[in-house]
Amino acid sequence: MQTYVPKLIARQPWRVVLPLLGLVLFGSAVLYSAAGGSFQPWAVTHTMRFFVFLAMALVISRIRPDLFKLAAFPAYAVILILLILVEALGFVGGGSQRWLNLGFMTLQPSELMKPAIVLVLARYYDLLPAGEISSWRAMVPTLGLLGVPMGLVMLQPDLGTALAIGFGAAIVIFLAGVPLRWFVGAGAAVAVIAPIAFFTLLHDYQRKRVFTFLDPESDPLGSGYHITQSKIAIGSGGLFGKGFGNGSQSHLDYLPEPHTDFVFATMSEEWGMLGGLFVLFVFFLVLRWGLRVAQNAPDRFSRLLAAGMTLTIFFYVCINLMMVMGLAPVVGIPLPFMSHGGSSMMTNMICVGTIMAVERWSGERRGSGGLG
Amino acid sequence: MKFGDWRNRARARPKPAISSVMLTHTFNRRSFFLGAVQGGVGILLATRMGYLAVAENEKYRLASESNRVNLALIPPRRGWILDRNGSPLASNRAAFRVDLIPERLVHAEQTISELGQILGLSEIEVRDLKDKIDKAHGFAPVEVASRIDWDKFAAISVRLPDMPGVVPQRGFSRFYPTGPAVGHLIGYVGTVSAEEYEKEKNPLLITPGFKIGKDGLEKQYEQRLRGVPGARRTEVTAGGRIVRDLETREDVPGKPIQLTIDGPLQDYAARRLGLESGSVVVMDCATGDVLCMASMPSFDPNSFSDGIGRIEWKMLSGDDHVPLRNKVLKGLYPPGSTVKPMVAMSFLEAGLDPSASVGCGGGLRVGNRVFHCWNRRGHGTVDMAKGIYQSCDVYFYHFAQKIGMDPIAVMAKRLGMQEKFELPVSSQSFGTVPSPAWKEKKYGQPWALYDTVNATIGQGYMLANPLQLAVMATRLATGSQVMPRMLLDKQIPRPASLNFSGEHVAYVRQAMSDVVNGPGTAGRAKLPLDGIQMAGKTGTAQVVGLNISSGKGGLWKYRDHGLFIFFAPFDNPRYAGAVVIEHGGGSGAAYPIARDVMTFMFDPAKGMEALNTLEAGWGGNAIQRMASKYAAAEQLYGDNAPKPVSEAQVERAVDAVERPAPTPAAPQTDAASPAPEPVAPAAPAPAAAPASPGT
Repeated sequence: MQTYVPKLIARQPWRVVLPLLGLVLFGSAVLYSAAGGSFQPWAVTHTMRFFVFLAMALVISRIRPDLFKLAAFPAYAVILILLILVEALGFVGGGSQRWLNLGFMTLQPSELMKPAIVLVLARYYDLLPAGEISSWRAMVPTLGLLGVPMGLVMLQPDLGTALAIGFGAAIVIFLAGVPLRWFVGAGAAVAVIAPIAFFTLLHDYQRKRVFTFLDPESDPLGSGYHITQSKIAIGSGGLFGKGFGNGSQSHLDYLPEPHTDFVFATMSEEWGMLGGLFVLFVFFLVLRWGLRVAQNAPDRFSRLLAAGMTLTIFFYVCINLMMVMGLAPVVGIPLPFMSHGGSSMMTNMICVGTIMAVERWSGERRGSGGLG
Repeated sequence: MKFGDWRNRARARPKPAISSVMLTHTFNRRSFFLGAVQGGVGILLATRMGYLAVAENEKYRLASESNRVNLALIPPRRGWILDRNGSPLASNRAAFRVDLIPERLVHAEQTISELGQILGLSEIEVRDLKDKIDKAHGFAPVEVASRIDWDKFAAISVRLPDMPGVVPQRGFSRFYPTGPAVGHLIGYVGTVSAEEYEKEKNPLLITPGFKIGKDGLEKQYEQRLRGVPGARRTEVTAGGRIVRDLETREDVPGKPIQLTIDGPLQDYAARRLGLESGSVVVMDCATGDVLCMASMPSFDPNSFSDGIGRIEWKMLSGDDHVPLRNKVLKGLYPPGSTVKPMVAMSFLEAGLDPSASVGCGGGLRVGNRVFHCWNRRGHGTVDMAKGIYQSCDVYFYHFAQKIGMDPIAVMAKRLGMQEKFELPVSSQSFGTVPSPAWKEKKYGQPWALYDTVNATIGQGYMLANPLQLAVMATRLATGSQVMPRMLLDKQIPRPASLNFSGEHVAYVRQAMSDVVNGPGTAGRAKLPLDGIQMAGKTGTAQVVGLNISSGKGGLWKYRDHGLFIFFAPFDNPRYAGAVVIEHGGGSGAAYPIARDVMTFMFDPAKGMEALNTLEAGWGGNAIQRMASKYAAAEQLYGDNAPKPVSEAQVERAVDAVERPAPTPAAPQTDAASPAPEPVAPAAPAPAAAPASPGT
């Protein structure tokens, strides 16, 4: 059997690429409909980006663990400098700026920070001797590594990305084996600090979003509008949807951002609950694959790396879906592999590529992999 | 290198408590936990989706439909108001219009200035618009402009996505071809006030373009004229842009009403009143049909229906000619000498011989007082006919004392005084016919001789409105109990007879004819027509005592009211009516108008000729004069014109001026001094008259 499939092709991680391809093509179909039955401006670029970034992920997957370990701190430092640069440019430009214009593309350093924080913390706990895990050395430098970029992103202000960075870091810290009591303590501290931060640090529009989430009907034409319209889109789709191209919520502009943050609602309206279950199923496959890779990983560094990357993807999916279904406040977090947008596709494919790399390392140790 | 140091130190003293194997176990436990959390979140999301899409599907499908489909009511076309010959007094014109819903405005200032530019509104008009928006109640549409042309309409429609809250539409607007001539009679329409919406919670009421009857017949017959709204279902985007029409249901126009009014006559009479403040009523003697019910000055219901602007409000509220009052129904005047034919009829019916005479020496001593005749030089020997056509007061003083007040009061009421007629009007002031019983009840004082004397010359407590005077003229002319009616129906009323003796009716008719055609007080009222003669009776009602003003000239508000009742042809009456001119300075202001109106009735060309000459001297017809007056006021007040009060307040203001003049609180204690009749040949100015307070 295997003789018919060239080895290079057979060795590729099809178990994840195929579901992802399915999801991306489905996403393109939704974007095609959201554009009023046109491949422009979203559907084509979405598919093309996927293939470009898939190539990038496959390249990443061939990188040796040594190089990952070597690059962890320098990559983190470079991205941190970029974040500071963005902040400085934004300050000069007199507004909130989240990206750098590199000429050929716009780069959003805060996006890159999501995989970078996972990488650097995985490396840090890899370096930290096992015995030190319950000492202050396990936490204090970590909080420094996390606090600086998170604070910078918060300043932009971009609450969604800051939370994503914090979540990825928390996952790595948690999986690294830091004693639970520290998490309990941190949880207690957050419970105290959060209300204070909520009223002092957050911007008015962010505060309003939270209030609106708690009671969307209180402001049906203002910020509650987004949540309400999204729920209407999902709810009116029913079991089988209104049919491809028949979504009135998205086509008549009732749904805000039908191609980015609320793409799931756009899809649900036309494909119904079945479409929604398909999307959930694909994410289930991808995330299960990621976690299995992590559990089978050869060493502590790759374990933490794979698990951190998997849960970063999970965070995107979880927050976005909870938002569109009215279970979380509106934060600008797109749905991986479906929302139109280069930065989020790049971040997610970096995560996927890294997990693939880990899978490859473990496969080499066991002498198996790919389709086998 | 820092990290290298750590590694070395860690190697130097490893803690036996925690090993890397234990950390791997921790990782496996915790990653399993995270996997379970992910699975849990997945199940939560699937459940939530099921709840939204399956359990709540019905609710959200409805919500999505109500998003997608916009149901817009189409205001029904209002029923026409027709005159007796079927020509419209109020009709509808197809028009493009623009409304604004304050609640939906996003950039109010910007939108208004943009609208102002496109529509070419003047600064004052923009200010009026802002006033209207300020006092509007959010949900209720505010009219920006109606009757705009296609280009402007298209220009606004194109810019709609940038101007939320603006509603351009094709509809119908109310049109009154003769404008101010029918203002009081028909009333006007306007956008619904908060009170009206509170009373009738009908979504039609706050549909842009819908107008409700605000006054007069438009208000009385609101339900009948309104019709049934149509509806248009359209698919709309969130921004309000219409994607396509789904279905449209046509409106059902309101039912028309046909009046007894003769449109051209109404217009003629209103125009003929000219610069005066007064009213003309003409009735059909056989049926009681009210042919004309003009009250001037008036407002233009066309522009009132578009909303009342600053300048307009300033003009109307500051005018001492009270253009907001319907003088036909709400104006109460002492009838003056116009009651004399009625009093004479009561004498005849009481058995007085019409040839019985009295000598008039310019006054009559009653007790220790002298009651003057308007002609201080006296009329010599006066019988009943001369008493009427020369309007001799002494004749009536004398015989009224003999016959008493009660028969006079009964006759006054039989002829329509103090009567409230069955008419489709919101209110009518019905005045007073004083009698001994009335005075006892009202003031607790006994009837005095001078009360009778005052009443016989239509002064004192006696008050009537112009419609009642016209009814009195009609009933005197026909001897039948003619009832005025305003709605034309197929059933022609047969008025009951008043059971007067035919001889008596003929006698009064002849005497009234002599007023105009004989040696009477209104010789200039003779119709310029062959074979048709008008009969009438002049009247002059004092407004203030002779000690303040002679009533002829001077301050306008002190001048006497001029009255005239008439019917024609005198020997076979077909039409009868009354003219009342407020502060006209005497009956001389009234009967030329009656003459021209009757001339128009029988020979329209001749009537128009007279009017055209007059209007040339007045500066155009009523509509033209109103326009130039508006322009002058705009020049004068400019931006300083006060904000018009709310629509509801305007309505209340209209109501206030319509309230009848109150009966004097204190009883009168003296005789009225009759004002001189104007065309009495060579009547000298009256000598210093005794003070006569309370007339």
